[in-house]
Amino acid sequence: MITRRDFLKRTGAVTAGATIAAVGGINVKPVQAQITKIKLQVKEGRQVPSVCPYCSVGCGMIITESEGKITNIEGNPDSPINLGSLCPKGAAALQLAVNDERPEKVLYRAPHSTSWEEKPLDWAMERIAQKIKEDRDNSFIETQDGKLVNVNPALASLGGSTLENEWNYLHAKLMRGLGVVNVENHARI
Amino acid sequence: MPGLGTSYGRGGATSSARDLQDADCIVIMGSNFAENHPVGFRFVLRARDKGAKVLHIDPRFTRTSAMSSDYVPMRSGTDIVFLGALINYALQNDKYFKEYVVNYTNAPFIIKEEYQDTEDLEGIFSGFDPEKKTYDNSSWAYEREEVVLPEGEPANLSERLAREKLVGRPKRDETLQHPRSVFQLMKKHYARYTPEMVEEICGTSKEEFLMVAETVTANSTPERTTTFCYAMGWTQHTYGVQTIRAGAILQGLLGNMGRPGGGILALRGHANVQGATDLSTLWNSLPGYLDMPAKAREHDTLEDFLRAQMRPTSFWQNYPKYLISLLKAWYGDAATAANDFGYDAIPKTLGNHSHYKMFEDAYNGVIKGMMVIGQNPAVGGQNASFHRKALANLDWLVVKDPFLIETATFWYEAPEVKNGTVKAEDIGTEVFYLPSTVFAETEGSFTNTSRLLQTKEKAADPPGDCRSDLWFTYELGKKLKDLYKDSTAKRDWGIKNLTWDYEPDVNPRFKIQEPSEHKIIKEINGYDIATGAPLPGFGDLQDDGSTACGCWIYTGVLPEETVNRAANREGDDYQYLNWGFAWPANRRNLYNRASARPDGKPWSERKKYIWWDEAEQKWTGFDVPDFAATKAPDTPAVPGGVGLAAQSGKDPFLMLPDGVIQLFAPAGLADGPLPTHYEPPDTPVSTNLLYPNQTFSPTAVIFDHLPNNKVHGANNSDYPFVITTYRVTEHHLSGAMTRWLPWLAELMPELFLEISPELASELGVQNKDYVTVETARGKIEAKALVTKRMRPLKVEGKMVHTVGMPIHWGYSGISTGSVPNDLSAIVADPNVFIHSSKAFTCNVKKGRLPGGVA
Repeated sequence: MITRRDFLKRTGAVTAGATIAAVGGINVKPVQAQITKIKLQVKEGRQVPSVCPYCSVGCGMIITESEGKITNIEGNPDSPINLGSLCPKGAAALQLAVNDERPEKVLYRAPHSTSWEEKPLDWAMERIAQKIKEDRDNSFIETQDGKLVNVNPALASLGGSTLENEWNYLHAKLMRGLGVVNVENHARI
Repeated sequence: MPGLGTSYGRGGATSSARDLQDADCIVIMGSNFAENHPVGFRFVLRARDKGAKVLHIDPRFTRTSAMSSDYVPMRSGTDIVFLGALINYALQNDKYFKEYVVNYTNAPFIIKEEYQDTEDLEGIFSGFDPEKKTYDNSSWAYEREEVVLPEGEPANLSERLAREKLVGRPKRDETLQHPRSVFQLMKKHYARYTPEMVEEICGTSKEEFLMVAETVTANSTPERTTTFCYAMGWTQHTYGVQTIRAGAILQGLLGNMGRPGGGILALRGHANVQGATDLSTLWNSLPGYLDMPAKAREHDTLEDFLRAQMRPTSFWQNYPKYLISLLKAWYGDAATAANDFGYDAIPKTLGNHSHYKMFEDAYNGVIKGMMVIGQNPAVGGQNASFHRKALANLDWLVVKDPFLIETATFWYEAPEVKNGTVKAEDIGTEVFYLPSTVFAETEGSFTNTSRLLQTKEKAADPPGDCRSDLWFTYELGKKLKDLYKDSTAKRDWGIKNLTWDYEPDVNPRFKIQEPSEHKIIKEINGYDIATGAPLPGFGDLQDDGSTACGCWIYTGVLPEETVNRAANREGDDYQYLNWGFAWPANRRNLYNRASARPDGKPWSERKKYIWWDEAEQKWTGFDVPDFAATKAPDTPAVPGGVGLAAQSGKDPFLMLPDGVIQLFAPAGLADGPLPTHYEPPDTPVSTNLLYPNQTFSPTAVIFDHLPNNKVHGANNSDYPFVITTYRVTEHHLSGAMTRWLPWLAELMPELFLEISPELASELGVQNKDYVTVETARGKIEAKALVTKRMRPLKVEGKMVHTVGMPIHWGYSGISTGSVPNDLSAIVADPNVFIHSSKAFTCNVKKGRLPGGVA
């Protein structure tokens, strides 16, 4: 029988050990098996492994979902980084997801307007794409000082260092594809 | 990250939080580890419980100080004096690790005769151009032997370009006695960084300094190791990179790099700062620390670019393989050798496009539209009110965030709108607010502060029209590609040919389908174009267009189609090599070849980590060796060799041109080859005691042409107090992910200013009284928190008071307050353009702002 804990571990690679031997040239065995006695608080619902979105320590989390709703978030006792514990921010992460303050619709403010209006998501996506194209086509710099530069100076992108690797990669690719040089995130260090 | 990069070769933290438990001494400087990385701090406590000394050096007494063996106070912004004095102490008292220094650092290398030090030129180095405020670093170079050119034909493009750039080997003096050896130049440079000078400038007593010096050097030997941990307290200065360099030099001299319980742990501030930098949403780099082409450099064609950027005698000789594989990943079949693999489509930077310059361009109308995704510059940017002015000058703005943060609401909720200075009707910005998912509603991976990639899974669909950032970028890309599909214009080649197929791997559990994480991670990892098979390691990448790879340092995360090592979850209590995947090649402690002596044997049984296995003829140990797996310790450097062949079997720092630590940085930094003390742009003292003619960094970037952005200069009586800003455990950054959460808002409900009892008494302020805090940039209010945690220090013969304030507040959310970042100035370091938020000056008065929040 596959236990929940086994399931969470198996979501990774079953051949991990062999891979390390192949890639790193050596095979390193754990010096000491980890023993955790912490038990999850929640028994009901589907549980998925996650990682805390706040600081950079990378604490493991287990999220419990029931009927499409997130019902609990707690530290992953199997993680060698946090052994199940979380700080106050991580421990409050449930409220990041389940929170009445979260807007669920696109809000639009026309130039000089004093109020928001709700808009369909597709409308906003279409308009943003059109604006990017319009500005790009009007401002594009093909050459400067006799050099080919292919720069779109009109668009800027400011990302967040709390966003996933996959987004950072794809977004960097799209921005460079559009000729954007103004690309930044929090990591100005 | 150039601080670590120029010293050791890579910008990443060199060790993991876990590794701290093997340290004999842990120095935490410029970080409030216990409060800002609380769970990682367990490893510090484990070390302490095993007998390690934990030293906290900081302007504020915090919970980190409370848990340390000793707390040592210092004036904010004077770290280079303190660290320089530690370097001087080790050199003067023969307490550096001699065999390590001779073999693993550039201490024996000889510098050109033209080089002049700050000791010769009263605070500046040779090559300074006072008009441009920049250095020409040609006099900082090594003296070199005659170049030896290799025989035979080069095997590939990378080899050919490397040969074109080969120079002679640096001249060395292994006795370290040559007057122009790095060792002797350093000795001279730091000779006046004495315990007495520390007492004068930092305000730290001589006794406290000597206790640190003795503890650190006693715990840096073949038998023992010391770790340094730092965070924004080191980086956020106009000389931030040089502060890290000072720590890096010290750790090199003490022989602590690459060894268990040694290294430098950079504590990054966000879940994925490391990944966002690696992959890279930063103006000046492409994924994997490849450079963005620049108009100002010799980057006209692909070959020009590769020739300029490649480093022929280090692992970076492979640069062309990584860049060409990236171009193949981005432009697919359209990228061919005949069109330089699409190189021209990558825009060339026109100058500086870093954060503050970007907002200047927005303010001036050069930038028309901005997409802000997961950041909150309206309150999080330095001189935040300037950031709001820039936002108000945009034609359009997209804000994508889970909550209605201040960057979305600035046009009706900002203090200047509330108090009538600015009318909402006068702000022409078209604003789109797109509600976002939170981390639990998407899959993907984060790279933590120890370079460890870990995946997370999607737990549930987001509510309503909330969508992930990945969904947004992918759908936007599809729409733009559609808009440009019929264009035949040359300038649209890039967007037209951008490979963009990440259609979801449908998961029937969810209504909202995400772009395929698998397809993205496979592209990042790299694959063989002919077979489509993922590549197991970056050694498989080619420069002939036969491989595609989005980010070479991540290669190996997906060694097989069905194996994602970032999702590995077999933990253990040592280096947990089967938990997640650490770049590069799953190495946990970088430069670990240096944990062995030059002959390949461990420095000591106690600090054994990676060593040469004579019987098996390979490197082995407790980690993945950060070295060519079968390169024996006695392998000589090949004369005329390129890449790793140019380095010997005892050169552990393989990303650097000579395989050794750069104590002296002959290139790569804008502000000098050796860290030098300067005062912050706002400073309470009247002069720089070390260099009276050079109070401030000659290369600091001051944006004094921006409105309301004047710096205070030295000893400005209008702004007599030092202010330092920081975080609390219960909030994060501008509060965008915390001030909307009822539990956290209740735990830490309002903004405060920490004031010492001495200053409170001078100002007639009681605990919980309102105070106003003023700078030339802005004026805000907060409640006074009178505490002995803040202590005045005697500097320049007078008492200098420091006050402290957390940065998290703003005008939206369920816990609101003044904007602390309205107080700071936009000033920057010349290497990475980081600001200065840890040491500026202010005035404090009792009472509230008239009419409340300004």
